[in-house]
Amino acid sequence: MSQLPTEVDKKGYWRAVVRLTLSLLVIWFAVSYGAGILFRDLLDNFSIGGAPLGFWFAQNGAIYVFVVLIFYYCRAMNRLEKKYGVGV
Amino acid sequence: MGLDFWTYFWVVGTFGTYIAIALWARAGSTNDFYVAGHDVHPTVNGMATAADWMSAASFLSMAGLIAFLGYGGSVYLMGWTGGFVLLALLLAPFLREFGKFTVPDFVGDRYYSTAARLIAVICALFVSFTYIAGQMKGVGVAFSGFLGVEFNTGIMVGMAIVFVYAVLGGMKGITYTQVAQYCVMIFAYTVPAIFISLIITGNPVPQLGFISNVRGEDVAMLEKLNTVVQDLGFQEYTQTNKTMIDMFAITGALMFGTAGLPHVIIRFFTVSSPRAARVSAGWALVFIALLYTTAPAVASFARLNFIDTVNESTYVADDADYVAEAAEIVAEGGKPIPEWFKDWERTGLLGVEDKNGDGVIQYRAGDENEVTKLDRDIFVMANPSIANLPDWVIGLVVAGGLAAALSTAAGLLMVISSSISHDLCRRTFFTSMSDKDELRVARASAAGAVILAGIMGMNTAKLGFVAQVVAFAFGLAAASLFPVIVLGIFWKRMNREGAIASMLTGLVSTFSYIYYFKFVDTDPTNWWFGVSPEGIGFLFMFVSLVVGVVVALFTPAPPQEVQDLVEDIRVPGTRRPHGAGDVAQMPS
Repeated sequence: MSQLPTEVDKKGYWRAVVRLTLSLLVIWFAVSYGAGILFRDLLDNFSIGGAPLGFWFAQNGAIYVFVVLIFYYCRAMNRLEKKYGVGV
Repeated sequence: MGLDFWTYFWVVGTFGTYIAIALWARAGSTNDFYVAGHDVHPTVNGMATAADWMSAASFLSMAGLIAFLGYGGSVYLMGWTGGFVLLALLLAPFLREFGKFTVPDFVGDRYYSTAARLIAVICALFVSFTYIAGQMKGVGVAFSGFLGVEFNTGIMVGMAIVFVYAVLGGMKGITYTQVAQYCVMIFAYTVPAIFISLIITGNPVPQLGFISNVRGEDVAMLEKLNTVVQDLGFQEYTQTNKTMIDMFAITGALMFGTAGLPHVIIRFFTVSSPRAARVSAGWALVFIALLYTTAPAVASFARLNFIDTVNESTYVADDADYVAEAAEIVAEGGKPIPEWFKDWERTGLLGVEDKNGDGVIQYRAGDENEVTKLDRDIFVMANPSIANLPDWVIGLVVAGGLAAALSTAAGLLMVISSSISHDLCRRTFFTSMSDKDELRVARASAAGAVILAGIMGMNTAKLGFVAQVVAFAFGLAAASLFPVIVLGIFWKRMNREGAIASMLTGLVSTFSYIYYFKFVDTDPTNWWFGVSPEGIGFLFMFVSLVVGVVVALFTPAPPQEVQDLVEDIRVPGTRRPHGAGDVAQMPS
């Protein structure tokens, strides 16, 4: 058996994971429900290449941010695993 | 080389490839059959997940739907991609660390209850069967529309192909055929999109064309589209008649539904670790985004182009020589109806009626509209001919549509067969079954499921409400499966009683609401809070979440070994067996 991390480490690790997850979900919410639906009229005052910005977020922009979010999450999780010495 | 030749060439060629892959990737154990031996590369799994996820509806229907709904179509774009963020952050890595084969496996073990396992099986089966009937119908339509094959014969050919690779190879065979199917799909989708983007905006990248000016004019493409559709009496393209709360709810139901769909979740069991599961979700979304960011561009181009070429064009009779007649119309300073329109008119997907007898087609909103039949699927399928692409590209689109339908059908079949052989037989009724016997039952139930799905597909032709029934699948996945899985990971105190109450609440409330407002009272003004049946799963998800939490707080905490299990799946590399059932089925 390899050395398992101590209880304290596991708790600290989990708290950090939950914090990271919640902050990324805030961004997830903001670019889709926020920019694409709730505040779209406000954002439509701006435009990106002739497309109203809120409309663009709803049809294209949110998807780009989603992709970046997941890969950022992967990197941040790898860092956390290293810091707390968990994972294989 | 005619169109028929190329269509047959691509369809037979791609089907042959799928079968060859199936023979190469045969499953030798239940581990191979259910989770492809847990050793699929994350990028490969991402690609397979993309094919698994993108169905005939994504490939054939979505762009056309958006072309008509305009801004309202955004719910599909955000909903069907945003769910992968939830999968990556809340579900996939933890379920992979849990390390078993199916979604009911997790629900049953985490909530130490056969009843909970069985309810999860019912949810999984219900969601998968509603979904698969639609795929089979898509296969039948593609065959009958393009190859002149009888609808039912088309379904049988499709079934036979899926039968070979799903029954032989299980998840292993499905994974590698899905990779091939993704390549066919994305090529068939993007090539016509690039050309139509060049025609409309002069920019070869559809996503950039979407935010560019119309070629040779100083006006943004979307702005022009808004003006054009408004002139004809339609709603502005960048607006919708859906209320904000309904947009919000539908997007939510689709997102959380996506994250709760068993056939998507089980794809993440095929990789080697939680870390691989996270990366894999990222790749899945990259491959999906390629199509999903192209779709809204295709939608707007197609709408603009359709109005441009069809409206106020002079009709050419069916029995006339098209080339000669068209030349004559041009010589007289008119605009002949495009040739692709004539081609598709023959399939019955397009239809015109010269109401005012002037020989010219008026496309309008309201009673004066002379385009009497306009099938939404036409926009993706006719794109290559609209863009004047060669016949071999048109044939490829047919193969792409079939790839989209078959890959999704195969993933759903895995859920159905593993629910029966693994969750019902091995884990519930015949717990002493050997691995070899289980594999045999798994193959038999995959075979049975293929046949049943085929029969359902043949009957939906008569029923014709498949599109409406799909609302069930997402709503139910969101309201019944998603809350118990997430609470099972993030809240240690969640217990058996809470889980059962939560799943039943979600299942019954969502089912009743959709059934009532789809089939009994179809008047939208009676919807609760103005939320349509498509979006109601989102509201009931919160209801079932609250019910689950409240019931759990009033009933005993889960046993220590289950709480230990939850701690283990939260931290990669610490999973140990907990309890007798777990030891017998030690995860890999």
